[in-house]
Amino acid sequence: MPKMNLTHFEAAVLFALFTSIVLGVVTKRTDRERLRYGLYCFACFIGTVFGLGWLMYLGHG
Amino acid sequence: MAEKVSTPKEPKTPFSVWAPVVVLGWLIPGGGHFLQKRPNRGALLLFSVAAMFFFGLAMRGPLFQPQGGDLLTTIIYCGGYIAPIFSGAIYGLATAFGYSQPDVAGHVHDYGTKFLVAAGLLNLLAIVDAYEIATGKKD
Repeated sequence: MPKMNLTHFEAAVLFALFTSIVLGVVTKRTDRERLRYGLYCFACFIGTVFGLGWLMYLGHG
Repeated sequence: MAEKVSTPKEPKTPFSVWAPVVVLGWLIPGGGHFLQKRPNRGALLLFSVAAMFFFGLAMRGPLFQPQGGDLLTTIIYCGGYIAPIFSGAIYGLATAFGYSQPDVAGHVHDYGTKFLVAAGLLNLLAIVDAYEIATGKKD
């Protein structure tokens, strides 16, 4: 089994990608809606990563 | 006196219709969708769940064994044990071939644990979706 050392950001992006795909597939009824919802979830994940990242950075001073 | 309004019950889907879908969906991520002739969605689910599990193993995430103790420890270890089981055959193969790794400190291992647990939970969502398709609640 290959061993990986991903950064926080890489791991978070991969997590967001796979989770968004599944959420898009299982929640909506048409392919167009699924694609839009998957992209929306991915954007929310990434937005949260950057938002919390800045919050922690500023919180540390 | 208020009268009771009875709504007609929907006919139940026979066990023999949805059970194979649920079992196959559990064993092979997306299998329930493949069985119901939705190959594109099945392939996306298979890719996502399998890739997430693979990355979890590659990041040396541990496959937990149930463990008692205080409440938080019990929840973490039992939850961490149950959730990856929903990944089905992938989990069985990983355990059988000895890919279960010890729980060690480090952010990469920690992410690996989350990936393994999330892969199982995502497959659980896929199983529920396949069940709803089989029972006619969804297309």
